[in-house]
Amino acid sequence: MQETVINIEGLSKSFGANKVLDHFDLQLHRGENLVVLGKSGSGKSVLIKCIIGLIEPDHGKIQVLGKNVLNLNHVQLDQVRVKVAFLFQSNALYDSMTVRENLEFPLRRHSIQLSAGDADQMVREALQNVGLEHTIDMMPVDLSGGMRKRIALARTLILKPEIILYDEPTTGLDPITSQEISALINQIRDKYQTSALVISHDMRCVKTVAHRIAMLIDGKCYAVGSYEELAASTDSKIKPFFD
Amino acid sequence: MFSMPESLRAFLHETGEIARFSLRFFREGFQPRFEWEEFVRQCFLVGYRSLPLVGLTAFIIGLVLTMQLRPTMVYYGVEVQIPAMVGIAIVREIGPILTALIFAGKIGSSIGAELGSMKVTEQIDAMEVSGTNPFKYLVVTRTLATMLMLPILVLLADAISLAGSYLGVNMYETLTYPLFFKKVFDNLTYIDIIPAFVKTFFFGFAVGIIGCYKGYYCEKGTEGVGLSANSSVVASSVAIFILDLIAVQISDLFQP
Ligand SMILES: Nc1ncnc2c1ncn2[C@@H]1O[C@H](COP(=O)(O)OP(=O)(O)O)[C@@H](O)[C@H]1O
Ligand SMILES: [Mg+2]
Repeated sequence: MQETVINIEGLSKSFGANKVLDHFDLQLHRGENLVVLGKSGSGKSVLIKCIIGLIEPDHGKIQVLGKNVLNLNHVQLDQVRVKVAFLFQSNALYDSMTVRENLEFPLRRHSIQLSAGDADQMVREALQNVGLEHTIDMMPVDLSGGMRKRIALARTLILKPEIILYDEPTTGLDPITSQEISALINQIRDKYQTSALVISHDMRCVKTVAHRIAMLIDGKCYAVGSYEELAASTDSKIKPFFD
Repeated sequence: MFSMPESLRAFLHETGEIARFSLRFFREGFQPRFEWEEFVRQCFLVGYRSLPLVGLTAFIIGLVLTMQLRPTMVYYGVEVQIPAMVGIAIVREIGPILTALIFAGKIGSSIGAELGSMKVTEQIDAMEVSGTNPFKYLVVTRTLATMLMLPILVLLADAISLAGSYLGVNMYETLTYPLFFKKVFDNLTYIDIIPAFVKTFFFGFAVGIIGCYKGYYCEKGTEGVGLSANSSVVASSVAIFILDLIAVQISDLFQP
């Protein structure tokens, strides 16, 4: 029996008349990479923003590491957010800060006791993981798209999270950089034993990282399975993704 | 009442939303943890960035106003009253309103654009998941900074403007510096100065809160960012005029 680190049941969210999630269910197991596959605009970002408490759903239950996210106060939510990192689709690097300040931001802001030396060490280790130590004093605007993605990834790694939520980590990158990022996602899992929820519709990335795939279709978890299982499906809603 | 024009509805809706946003500022702004570091940084940026433009315009307006008034004053034989008249015009109205409008153009637009681009590139969300209340970190600090810095800029602008006026007077006659200022201040009372100063805090608040509101609720995409910057300037300029109108009504009550 595998341990469940994220458990979502009956999650629903509408924006006005636009029903985005409709009784969505999903379980993320410890140590796995679970891909959520869905069309653009199908509610993938809404789903992971609900998990981290950035969007409040209308109904449903979200348990993260045994805590019910929807009932937490600010302090408790922050404690969960230390353990669950989020890689934003648009990277969300702070334009006005250097790479070092970007990485230090979560360190300084979460109430964690650190000496200056520790912080420097952690920043360097995180940058080492993505192979970009030399950019430490650069500004985000001076980096390429692929580098920015890696820096953003380094920032999500800095607190050694147990769970990482990736929002379309390869969208907008060239195929080679995409493959590098996909490989990095696997390396991080192997090195830190993290569990990951990866939102994607880039099939090469999906194939590289996914242990299991959940199909988000019409606001529901339409099917769950391995890449091979789903690729062999003849269902008219699943097939187009794998063609 | 059933068919309110769409534009009026939109205007009222937005006014209501900005009022709600302002209430949130007063509710959250004075709870701990206060972001001192960011507040000081913003004060510096906000004041420093607008000072050259404010100084230049203030100087020119003081000079031009003096030169424009002269023919009429001479016609009525009251050119000795030029410093008094210019002083009242600058301190009561032109200094505050001109500085506030330049401030709205320069700082309001940059706050709108900055927060707008932070919104669309998810930086505001990223702050929230990094143990930071983005409303306090971004909105409260910027709004307090504009509230504090605009009155200071207005005082500087008044002084620079009077220097411009002094130059304008001395292009036609010789008036010593002390005498010029004696003429200016003999005719200024606290009833001129205090309301003019107090209203600038409200102008500063309007520029900060509206810029932040427009950025915070920016539409997706680069167009949205441009729109936030632009509508920040328009909305805060209109707010400044409306506040000025209210201020003159109130200060009139105290006029002897
Ligand atoms: N804050 C919001 N307000 C209104 N509608 C939203 C909001 N966020 C997302 N949506 C809508 O929800 C749907 C799903 O969006 P999203 O989760 O971003 O899609 P994707 O699967 O591409 O990540 C879209 O139709 C979008 O317009
Ligand atoms: Mg998305």
